[in-house]
Amino acid sequence: MRVKFHKNLDELKERLLVMAGLAEQAVQRSIEAYRTRDLSLCDLVFQSEPAINRFEREVDQMALDLLAMEQPMAVDLRFLYAVLRINADLERVGDQAVNIAARVQEMTAQASAELPVDIPKLANLSSAMVRKSLQSLIEANSEMAHSVLAMDDEVDAMNSDAFHAITELVQRKPDLAPQALNALIIARNLERVGDHATNIAEDVIFWVEGADVRHSSDSRSEKRDVEETS
Amino acid sequence: MGVGIEVVDLNAWYGVTHTLKDITLNIPPNSATALIGPSGCGKSTFVRCLNRMHETNPAARATGTVKVGDRDIYRDASPVEIRRRIGMVFQRPNPFPTMSIYDNVASGLKLNGFRNRKVLDEVVERSLKQSALWEEVKDDLKKKSGASLSGGQQQRLCIARALAVDPEVLLMDEPASALDPVSTSKIEDLIFNLKNEYTIVIVTHNMQQAARVAENTGFFLMGQLVEFTSTNVIFTKPKDKRTEDYITGRFG
Repeated sequence: MRVKFHKNLDELKERLLVMAGLAEQAVQRSIEAYRTRDLSLCDLVFQSEPAINRFEREVDQMALDLLAMEQPMAVDLRFLYAVLRINADLERVGDQAVNIAARVQEMTAQASAELPVDIPKLANLSSAMVRKSLQSLIEANSEMAHSVLAMDDEVDAMNSDAFHAITELVQRKPDLAPQALNALIIARNLERVGDHATNIAEDVIFWVEGADVRHSSDSRSEKRDVEETS
Repeated sequence: MGVGIEVVDLNAWYGVTHTLKDITLNIPPNSATALIGPSGCGKSTFVRCLNRMHETNPAARATGTVKVGDRDIYRDASPVEIRRRIGMVFQRPNPFPTMSIYDNVASGLKLNGFRNRKVLDEVVERSLKQSALWEEVKDDLKKKSGASLSGGQQQRLCIARALAVDPEVLLMDEPASALDPVSTSKIEDLIFNLKNEYTIVIVTHNMQQAARVAENTGFFLMGQLVEFTSTNVIFTKPKDKRTEDYITGRFG
């Protein structure tokens, strides 16, 4: 039994989950800042970014050390590969939270406006994807990870609807363009958060099942396009 | 050129101990195949059945079919002929200590009655070049004994001795386990080059070595072949949990 190695793998997973908690919290705070226009929450998001970045470097280094010194195989190798990829996605989730907070800062300086995009609903869905993908990581539950992939279509659709609604609003009321464009960028940031959650879920599936399901939605779409045109 | 090996329902015993149970697999020609598994799993017995060395133990017996190329080695050939066609290299280098380097390499041919000096010279040079030892020993071929070489050189000398009789298959039973990393690396480079001309079967406890040198890997456990597939599959996503537990150190 490789007791030390497996203990180190557990520690690495714990470290990654702490970082995941920070990234998830940053997204929630940025959305709460959007909803309440509380700039102190934006500041907390900005302050959390260096910690997330530090965790990213630490997790990368721990994973790299284990790869070099333990030469893992099979499920352990897949786990370390997944950790390296998930680590990068979590750091990007943190970046999206910072981007949202920056937009919220701008919006608070602008006149309040009724916008045809339900940011809290989109945020709830994206956050749920992140939470579920992380839960699948905690439980090594590939079935749960598969269910995250299905949620991404809904987020994409909401983002697409937001784009059309905002475009229409800007044409109709050009004076609301600054607020509308900030909301559109936030919708786009949340859609990206959903994409990162999808990536995390795909990595969990790879770790647990050894199956590479990346871009399988592309092939489904291509198949659908072919069927529609034939 | 190397030939393929087809094994069907191979069973082996030492006395009453059933050491190999219903082994069936196909080893492709001109490739390296690694056999891994814990001590006592049957992997060494398996390779010893491939050149009928298993039966040199009076208490041992084997049943089943082993075809090397198109010939069943238990029915269509004598043990002597089989061991000429299937060379073997062991864990501990075992050069003939009192023989010169030259005579070590030429010994197999001489035993088979070759006496032509020019032919022997050519074979010794070719074999030592194939085993990447020629440059290191060419000036001392008849001056130095095999035993005077370093451990890594001795192992390559043994490989040259096995190659000199022009086999089709080379069996290696933990050929680098007693060597330092530099010598190990030379043996692994040799395996990479030799599989263009020979079929290589290597038993190893070093899983990284199996991963580095072999196209296919078989995992043995308690006399059974649990899994036999592409090496990259074995080491990234093995199908059988027992394989995964073994290669990730969760075994036992």
